[in-house]
Formats: sequence, structure tokens, C-alpha cells
Amino acid sequence: MTSEVPMESKQKEVVLHVEGLKKYFPIRRGVFQRHVGDVKAVDGVSFDVYRGETLGLVGESGCGKTTTGRTIIRLYEPTAGKVLFQGRDLAKLSGSEMRSTRKHIQMIFQDPYASLNPRMSVLNIVGEPLEVHKIASTRAKRRERVAELLELVGLNPEFMRRYPHEFSGGQRQRIGLARALALNPDLIVCDEPISALDVSIQAQVVNLLEDLQEQLGLTYLFIAHDLSMVRHISDRVAVMYLGKIVELADRETLYNRPLHPYTEALLSAVPVPDPEIEKTRQRILIEGDLPSPANPPKGCNFSTRCRKAKPICFEKEPEFVEVEDGHFCACHLVPPKK
Amino acid sequence: MTGKETTPQSEIIGGRTISKLEAWLGTDTYRMLKGLVTNPISVIGLLLLAMFVFIAAAAPILAPVAPGADPYHIPRDGYGSVPKPPGADWTHRQPPMPFWWKAVTGHDQWIHLMGTASGQWDIYYGVIWGTRTALFVGLSITLVGAVVGIAIGAISAYYGGWVDMVLMRITDVFMAFPFMLAAMTLSAVLTPVLGKGIFPPIVALMAFGWMGFARLLRSDILSIREREYVLAAKVIGVRDSRIMFKHILPNAIFPSLVLGSMRIGSYVITFASLSFLGIGAEVGFADWGQLLSFARAWMTQLTEYWYIVIYPGTILVLFVLSWNLVGDALRDVLDPRMQGSR
Repeated sequence: MTSEVPMESKQKEVVLHVEGLKKYFPIRRGVFQRHVGDVKAVDGVSFDVYRGETLGLVGESGCGKTTTGRTIIRLYEPTAGKVLFQGRDLAKLSGSEMRSTRKHIQMIFQDPYASLNPRMSVLNIVGEPLEVHKIASTRAKRRERVAELLELVGLNPEFMRRYPHEFSGGQRQRIGLARALALNPDLIVCDEPISALDVSIQAQVVNLLEDLQEQLGLTYLFIAHDLSMVRHISDRVAVMYLGKIVELADRETLYNRPLHPYTEALLSAVPVPDPEIEKTRQRILIEGDLPSPANPPKGCNFSTRCRKAKPICFEKEPEFVEVEDGHFCACHLVPPKK
Repeated sequence: MTGKETTPQSEIIGGRTISKLEAWLGTDTYRMLKGLVTNPISVIGLLLLAMFVFIAAAAPILAPVAPGADPYHIPRDGYGSVPKPPGADWTHRQPPMPFWWKAVTGHDQWIHLMGTASGQWDIYYGVIWGTRTALFVGLSITLVGAVVGIAIGAISAYYGGWVDMVLMRITDVFMAFPFMLAAMTLSAVLTPVLGKGIFPPIVALMAFGWMGFARLLRSDILSIREREYVLAAKVIGVRDSRIMFKHILPNAIFPSLVLGSMRIGSYVITFASLSFLGIGAEVGFADWGQLLSFARAWMTQLTEYWYIVIYPGTILVLFVLSWNLVGDALRDVLDPRMQGSR
């Protein structure tokens, strides 16, 4: 699965180009830690992220979307593949080169209760990136910049002396966002930034993310499992299943005309906020469980649960190809673009 | 808590202002100290501890030493083997009288306030000066054990791989020995090297007292290393050493502190057991275990000679209790579930 994603768009600039990215976690057994297999968490993922857009990455839990995000940002060492960012392959950078590149690519985390060090004040948390990259050298300058950042994310700068446990979930997520913004990054990997928040707070944080994107020209890779939220925030959406991207298209195409049977099933699970439609709506139920990523099925990964599976699906792995303009899909049943 | 967040700008957290003391100490430390002084259990523990520290500091006033005598050697009133009850007169070689003696006890002469043990060792003197021994023994063993254990645990968790493997197997080897037996043997082996006294058993207990800290800290570091705030620090580009010292250790160290405060009491008990068995302090040294060992010959007649066991035993129990209470309270205060959301 090493299909190229063509960079066909003329006016759109590619910020991040991921190609054939793999992350295997080795399974070791016994006294001598013999290598007996791999958990193929991410198994050949390719996509582009364009400047200023939001690419949504969705999939059920355990499909490898968080691992994809963390491997791109080198929290995990990639097993194979390329991650081109600003013309450099992040997968090959040394430790110190990577550290300086981190100024341009940042991340916000899922759990606002776990992503802030409980023993550091807000000033130190948000000021730390400035300190380690020697951007604001004096304490006074740092304090000024932190105040600016807190104001930017809608927090009162007077609270910078306080500690994370004194804030609510939504406020903490704002602090995490301020920390990510401190270095003026180009790209932010948002790893389910709202799924741990109350619904009322989710909307606030999403709106803040959108405002900041407009204001600062940010690019997001937005990882989530909430399909309606992804539809709201994303320009394009990629659907992952068992370590692979099965379909990628712009938002409207994907939600209105899904081609991959898995995407179809996934979208049919989204409730419609209209009782009349909801009554008559046909839901596609996927049977069985997610296969183990340590032992993925032969052929198409989804073949074991696909209601349209044909004999070829159990034999040959489908390629991830462009089936319409800007619409990619990995399925034997979908004819490729002529 | 999240429900209150209606507009982003309206955040008065808890509607409280931060006092100067709190600003100086940092909210976290302040909350911890506040918890320690408001929790009744820890207050009892701290008061008991304060009492022991006072006794240790005021030992020369509470039980004056004869000029030229070794203060840690209990004065004896003759050589008779039958213990004398509390209140018995002091007939031979009385130590100097403290200034408070007459006012408090109403006697003109020294008496054995807590009686004498067999061999006519004065129990009162032993209890008072034994407090110094207990504090020294407990603190020094725990300090060395904690420093060594924390260093080994941190190195093990930080480097991982074969370093971790080797260090943890060494730890396992040390843990495989029965603690008491190992300490006894090592203490006996060390006696010709270090000379008779309290140092061989102290060193022996230090040698077998670090493993708990090493394992505890290692496991805490391993769990905290995977927390999202550590990942966040990596994403920011913080160096590994700074992550270790600023993000991981400050959050991983507290269970070890709790363990330490609990260990102080238990080491004093172990040291007393060694003394009781005759491997610890030499005969006549001001040590609670040593005092208790005098009761060995009279074990069948404790209804009559109860005072040999009750006085040093009670104070030993109170000492261990005080550290355990403080440790318990420390654990409660540090438990995240006791602090609401964090």
C-alpha cells in the first residue's frame, strides 16, 4: 500500500505530506524478549494536508488515528514511511533537529485533566515553550507573552499564577491551546481535543479553534470520533479503519456520497435530529468486532465485516486510489478514475 | 464544574483570592501543608513527633550526665540482677541532679523514676537518651535508603532497557533475602570492621532498606512518563533531562515520601529487635530495644517486673505510631481523589 497521493492542486500549498506511514509496536515474549509479532497500529497511511485547511481524521476507537497523530509528530518513532513537513522528512530528523522543528508543528491533547502538569502554574506551563526555545529570554517578556496568549484563547491573564486544578475542563483545554500557540506553529495536530468535554463546552472550544485558524492562518489535523463535529470543523475528511485510511474526500462529498462500505456504515450511525426521518432511516449495522491489529485479516481489512464483500476482497488488498477528483478510496468494488 | 463556564471571560475560580503565604509557597505545597495541619490524625502525629524531638533535644536537662561519663551509656545503680520497681532509692553513684527535680518530684534525692532493669540500669535515663538514638537511627537509615533507592529507581526508569534490567535484578536479589536475617548477618559481619556499637546494625539496615524506594519510584516514573503532560512537554521540544526533573520527578516523588515517613518508625522497631537479639547496640547503650532486652530473663514474671517492658515499650509504640500517623495523613493529603478535580 504505497500509492502516491498526487499533489494535483495548483493554488493549494501542501503543508504536510504523509506517505506510507507505518507504526508497528513489537510484541515480545519470554525471558529473552523474543520478537513474536507486531501490532500494526498504523499500516501504510498516506495523505496531504493543505495550508489553512482542517483535515478531519475519523474512525472507531483502536483504529490507529491517535497513533497516526503521535507518529507524525514523532512522539512515536515511525516504523516506515515519510512525513514531509516544510520540505524535510520529520521521520529522519535527529533529536535536536526535531526539537527545533517542533516550533512549527504542535499538538493539543485529548484529556485536559491529564495534559497539564499539576505542579506547574499556568505561567510556567504556557511559558515553557518560550523558555526552552529561548524566544522570550527574560521573565518579564515571558510573562507579557503568556498574558497575550491567555487573552488570545479567552482566559483572564490574571489567572496565570494559578494551578491547573483550579480550572474547569474547558478552561484547561484553552490553556493547552495557549501552550501550543506559544511558538506560532503552522500546523496543529488536534488529538480528540473536545471528546473529553461537556457538549456545551465542546462548541465553545471548536468555535475558538475556528476563530484562531482564521486569525492566525493555522492548519489543523483534527483527530476525532464524533462524526458530526468533524463535519462541522473539517474541510476534508479521512476515514480510518484498522490502521489504514479507507476513504478520503472533501467534507460534502464524503458525507453525502460515501463510496466505501465502511464509511457508509459509519455515517448511517449518526443520528439525524429529526424524529420523522429518524423513524424511517435505514441503519447499516456492522457485525462482529474489530479484528486485532496484531493479526489483520487477509485481503481487505474490512472484508470480515463488510456486507458487500466479494471473493476478491478476502484475497487481495485493495489499493488506496483516486476514484474521482480529490476523492480517494480503498475498495475493490469502487472503480478507479479513468 | 464545567457547567459554570458560560462566558469565557467570567472566570472567578472559586471566587477566592490567594494569600501571600500561598503565593510564596505555591498553591500545591500550600494545600499540602494546610492539609497536614488541619487533619486531626496528622496533628496528633505531629504533636507526638514534636514531643520526641523535644525529649531528644532536652535530654541533658531531663537526665543530666555525670561529668566525664559517656551520655549514651546508661548509668547503673550497682550490679544486682533483680530489677527494682519505680520509686526505689538510688543508692550507688547517683548522677547529677537536674534543677527541676525537687520541684517536680518532691524528692531530695535521685530515685529510679521508672525503676531499674536487671543489672540495675536506670530505665528513665535509657528512655530519655534512647529517644536520640531512635531519631538518629530512624532518620539516617531512611535518608540513606531513600537517596540510594530513589537514585537507582530513577536511573532504572530513565534509561530503561538493559540498565533497567540489571538494576532491577540486583534489587530482586536484595529483596530475596529475608530482611531480618540478612540485616543480622551483615551486622555480625560488619562488627569486626566497624567496631561494636550502633553502626554495624545501622549500615546493615541501610544496605537492605533501599529496595522498596527503588521499586516504588521506578514504577511511579514509568506510569507518569506516559501521562499526556509529559508527551506535551516532548511536543514542545523540552530536553529529556528537563522533562525528568521538571515534569516527571516532582509528580512521582510523593509516594516515596509517604513510604519514607512510614519507614522511619519501622526501622526503629527493626533496630530495637536487633538490639533485643543482642546484635544491635551493646549492653548498656541508651536504646529502647536494648532496654527491652533486659526483660528477657524475667519474661515469666512480667506481672511483677512489668516496668522493664511497659516504659520502653510504650514509648517505642508511640514513636512508631507518630510516624505512621504523619505518613497516613501525608498519603491522604497527596491523594488526588481527596482534592476534587485536578
